Amino acid sequence: MDVPILKQRDYLIASIQAVLTDRDLLNLRDKLVQQVGNFRSKGVILDVTGLDVMDSFSVRTLRDMAHMIRLRGADTVIVGIQPEVAFAMVQLGLSLEGVPTALDLEEGLAYLGRIPKRPVPKHRP
Amino acid sequence: MAIFQVNTATTLMDTIETVPIRTVTDIVIARQRGRDRALSMRFSETEATLIATIISELARNIVLYAQHGEILIGSLDNPPRRGISIVSRDEGPGIADVQRALLGGYSTSGGLGLGLCGVRRMVDEFQLETAPGKGTTVAVKKWAR
Repeated sequence: MDVPILKQRDYLIASIQAVLTDRDLLNLRDKLVQQVGNFRSKGVILDVTGLDVMDSFSVRTLRDMAHMIRLRGADTVIVGIQPEVAFAMVQLGLSLEGVPTALDLEEGLAYLGRIPKRPVPKHRP
Repeated sequence: MAIFQVNTATTLMDTIETVPIRTVTDIVIARQRGRDRALSMRFSETEATLIATIISELARNIVLYAQHGEILIGSLDNPPRRGISIVSRDEGPGIADVQRALLGGYSTSGGLGLGLCGVRRMVDEFQLETAPGKGTTVAVKKWAR
C-alpha cells in the first residue's frame, strides 16, 4: 500500500488511509525524508488516522522519521491519533518522545504555521 | 526456562483460529483477525485495539526472531465473563535471557520489536515458555471489562 504524499505550499502532507505493513511504513519514511529535499519543504504533516495500531515498531519508525526530517531542516507534526490507539500506546508504554502531535490536519497546519522561521546566518562583509 | 501462571479458564477448542506468520503482511492479517474476533465477542473498540496491538507485537517477534511461526486466537470458556486467548508459537532460537526480555527496552534485533514487557502489562494472564534452541511460546488471556 503506497501512501500518497501531497505538496501544499511549503508543506508535505502524507495521509495514511489504509492499514500499512512494516515495509510500507519504512518506504513512507524513506520517501518523505527524500521528498523534503526535492520540494524544499519546511514542514511535514503525517496523518495517521488510518493506522489500525501503533505498536513499538510503528512508534519507533515515526520517531525516527521525524528526527531524520528534522536533520533535513524541516519540522514534522503527527496528526489523527485515534482515542483507542492513544489508549493502547499509553498501556504499552510507548512514547513519541518529543515529536509534536496535533488533533487533525487543520490543527497540524496551524501548528506548523506558528513555528518561527529559522534565522538565516549573516555573512560578514 | 519457563514462567507459568495459574490458568483460570480454558480455551474453547472449536473457536481456535490459526494464522500462519511468515511475512510482515501476516502480521497485519493476524492483528485484523484478532480485532474482528474481539469485536464479535462484544469487546469495546478500545479493547479490540489493545488486542490487535498485542498480536502485532507477538507476530512481529516471530518474523524478526524466528522467521516463521503461528498465532492462535481463541475464545475463553468461563461464562458470563468474555475472554480471548492469544498464543504465539515458533520454533526459532528461543530467548536466552527471559528476565531481561521481560524488562522494558531489551531487544537483540537492533532495537525493533520484542515489546514483551509491554504485552505482559496489557493482559490479564501471561505465560512464556522458551529455551535457547527450543523456540518460544507466549500465551496470554484478556477479559472484556
